[in-house]
Amino acid sequence: MRRYLWFALLLLPFALSPFPFYLTLLNFFALSGLVALSLYVLTGLGGMTSFAQAAFMGVAAYATALLAKGTGLSPWAGLLLGLLLTLAFALVLGLLTVRLKGHFLPLSTIAWQVALYILAGNLVGLTGGHTGLTDLPALVLFGLPLDTPFRYAFLSLFLLVLLVLALHNLRESRLGRALLALRGDALTAASFGVDPAALRLKAFLLAGGIAGLAGFLYAHFLRFVNPTPFSLEASIKYLVMAVAGGVGTIPGVLLGAALFTGLEDWLKDLLPLLLGRQGNYETVAYGLVLAGILLFAPQGLWPLLARRFIWGRGPKEAAPGEGEPPKAEPLPLRAPSGGRGEVVLEAKELRKAFGGLLAVNGVSFALRRGEILALIGPNGAGKSTTFHLVTGALRPEAGRVFLFGREVTGLPPYRVHRLGLGRTFQHPHVFPEMTVLENAALATYARTRAGFLRVLFGLHREEEARALATAWEALRRVGLGDLALERADRLTAGQQRLLELARLLASGAEVLLLDEPGAGLRAGEKRELARLLLALAREGYSVLLVDHDMDLVMGLADRVVVMNYGEKIAEGTPEEVQKDPRVRAAYLGEVEAA
Amino acid sequence: MDATILGLLLLDALQNGVVYGLLALALVLVFAVTRVILVPIGELMMFAPLSLVWLQSGRFPGTLGLALALGLLWALRERGRGRALPLLGGAGLLLLFLLARGVAPLAYLAALLLVVYLGVATYRVFFQPMREATVLALLIMAVGLHVAYQGLGLVFFGPEQFRPDPLLQGEVTVGLSWQGVLVLAFALVSVLGLYLFFRRALFGKALLAAAENRLGARLCGIRPEEAGMVAFAIASLMAALSGLLLAPLINAAYFMGFMLGLKGFVAAILGGLLSYPVAFLGALLVAVFESFTSFYASAYKDALAFLLLVPALFYQSLRAKGVEE
Repeated sequence: MRRYLWFALLLLPFALSPFPFYLTLLNFFALSGLVALSLYVLTGLGGMTSFAQAAFMGVAAYATALLAKGTGLSPWAGLLLGLLLTLAFALVLGLLTVRLKGHFLPLSTIAWQVALYILAGNLVGLTGGHTGLTDLPALVLFGLPLDTPFRYAFLSLFLLVLLVLALHNLRESRLGRALLALRGDALTAASFGVDPAALRLKAFLLAGGIAGLAGFLYAHFLRFVNPTPFSLEASIKYLVMAVAGGVGTIPGVLLGAALFTGLEDWLKDLLPLLLGRQGNYETVAYGLVLAGILLFAPQGLWPLLARRFIWGRGPKEAAPGEGEPPKAEPLPLRAPSGGRGEVVLEAKELRKAFGGLLAVNGVSFALRRGEILALIGPNGAGKSTTFHLVTGALRPEAGRVFLFGREVTGLPPYRVHRLGLGRTFQHPHVFPEMTVLENAALATYARTRAGFLRVLFGLHREEEARALATAWEALRRVGLGDLALERADRLTAGQQRLLELARLLASGAEVLLLDEPGAGLRAGEKRELARLLLALAREGYSVLLVDHDMDLVMGLADRVVVMNYGEKIAEGTPEEVQKDPRVRAAYLGEVEAA
Repeated sequence: MDATILGLLLLDALQNGVVYGLLALALVLVFAVTRVILVPIGELMMFAPLSLVWLQSGRFPGTLGLALALGLLWALRERGRGRALPLLGGAGLLLLFLLARGVAPLAYLAALLLVVYLGVATYRVFFQPMREATVLALLIMAVGLHVAYQGLGLVFFGPEQFRPDPLLQGEVTVGLSWQGVLVLAFALVSVLGLYLFFRRALFGKALLAAAENRLGARLCGIRPEEAGMVAFAIASLMAALSGLLLAPLINAAYFMGFMLGLKGFVAAILGGLLSYPVAFLGALLVAVFESFTSFYASAYKDALAFLLLVPALFYQSLRAKGVEE
């Protein structure tokens, strides 16, 4: 496979062996590459960022340095201690911030970075202050001391390549999809079983751990630690690397690391000459480069270059299945079971107000297995709010919701989903940068297990193949099989609706809540949709739908619930509610027959 | 510790606290209107007294060149009559600097307007083109500008600390100079002024509306770019005034703004980046905490101030609702 070409990086030390200076730079590239990859996880996949990656490096670097100097234990024990400490710090910081809006985490990392830097400089008794700790032992591997840049480069590059491969695995896994989804739209991700806070926390821990590994390698490469390389400026340098190269792609962040490792040295020589005095002027260049990239190439350099020179063949990064439908067995469907007509979803006296506006007031209904129940009403009647209350996206002020007889009132969406409820959105929530197949496969998140360790080591492939097969099957069922490998943003509005439906089928949910499934569909597509929904209902799926299209609703639904001004005003078969004077009044503005 | 020391520490805390508070208010305002977390506010703050020192010794500060360069980029981004503001503003600034060399009162005005012009130009050149971007991208931009401006501060002013002459000489009592009183008075006036501006003036209300709901404000005829410019102008003005008043008490150097700004951030986060009064009170709390920690462990006072973030974030976490759409 092409990705193993990354191992060619290990040839670089041979090529550069006559130039000791470039061997040192090569090591710095590998270390920066590791940190930049940690930002790929955090920013590229997870949509968070950290201004404290250098501080995480520093924690691990000081840990191994102090352990080696204090106890004389093998430096590898220092790696363990360093990683543990890094993870512990990341855990505290993460727990405090992952539940908050996105900007609190990066802001807190600034504070944390600055605080640690001050401590490293001032706890002179422990850290040696700004003089630092010197004469650290060299790493020894298989009896061979890694005491020259040439030898060390093999270790640092080897670890870099391993990490690249591991992160490729991550990207092409349920976790990679979930992180990307979370970045784009946390509610959709949560509607398919992703616990946003938990997943963000794990990604933050992984990124912290990677930075810790880089810090350990840094300490034993220079065999000297002091606070300077672990400053806020250093953290920002790594972020500049990742963003400039293209933080959304693995080659991008490595390109950034390579460019800036080379550039830094050159800038450090050049700028003081230009400005006529000594100082850390390269930060000016970093800041301005970062600003320029954000303004003119927000995706970074790599996507620009790749589009220009490599991609005639379509987006490689986004095509895990590579053409053929996977051969694997789809994930086992929990075939809808239990008697038809039994109540699967029940809402009792739901109530929700936004400030003074009573959006939903005392609404009750029951959805039975195998039926299509339509929730209709004029604009602003409270239909979508009712949806949000049932799916867990909003918490009702009063009233209760039962799913398969279990109370789910106030549970978050990712827990409600796991009990067998799936939903679509009023405006299709698809992820444009993923393929259609990946969008559908996102829905298998709750039905698959592989955790971070399994995914990073590539032990999730069998499950992944089955997940993709499931997604493929679902796409075929809604008629999108031929478009599976297209990017989702190439779909028409109608096709995006169908993709959302395919996602529901792939998720294995038995209770399907569809928010305006017919909106934006052409007449032919609507007929297809109706046929599909009727077939699903016959198979034992239960469908609750909201729509404005009366032809669609009246032709499709077994029963109809009508809402107006947040209250249920009628319930019954389509014929019954069409005759109901209150319904006619609500829709046509007729004077209510007293 | 006796009562005298306690009093001194509290006075010190009050004087620093109101400055952190003003920075926090400026940060909350800018964030509310533009979603930008204005990390470089500390640099804007320091540029004012440093430019003043340069002017008073008859030199042109490098910040003038920076402001004019950004003003030019700003003008290039505008079309038609929109160019008048950056061009005339830049020309006026240059003229003011020519007049102000060595003329003390004019020098204060020049330093102040320089920073305001720089702040607004920064918004127009760097942030306004990214208005559709995520908060995260805006934050990364802000941090990039922070390092760039800090580095430029070193280029322009060198690593030394400067102490401009205070506006008011002498001390009221031990530990409280007249300049300190001036700082307190300025803080009081600013808070009152902001309150009146947002509660009484139509334009202030429009600004709050733009902060609340961009689309809705636009439909009512409030231009979001204009709101952003005003927010940046107010924030730069507050930063520059605080910097000018504070510098005679604590010195000014290119690197000092960042720490002051960070304290403002801690305070703003205490208020969830939303609440103005909590942010201001939070700033006083930060300052009291800092004052006392500096008494016991002065080397770590800057690090310890961030400890306050822990309970603040924890509290916000408890209140956070599960899933953001």
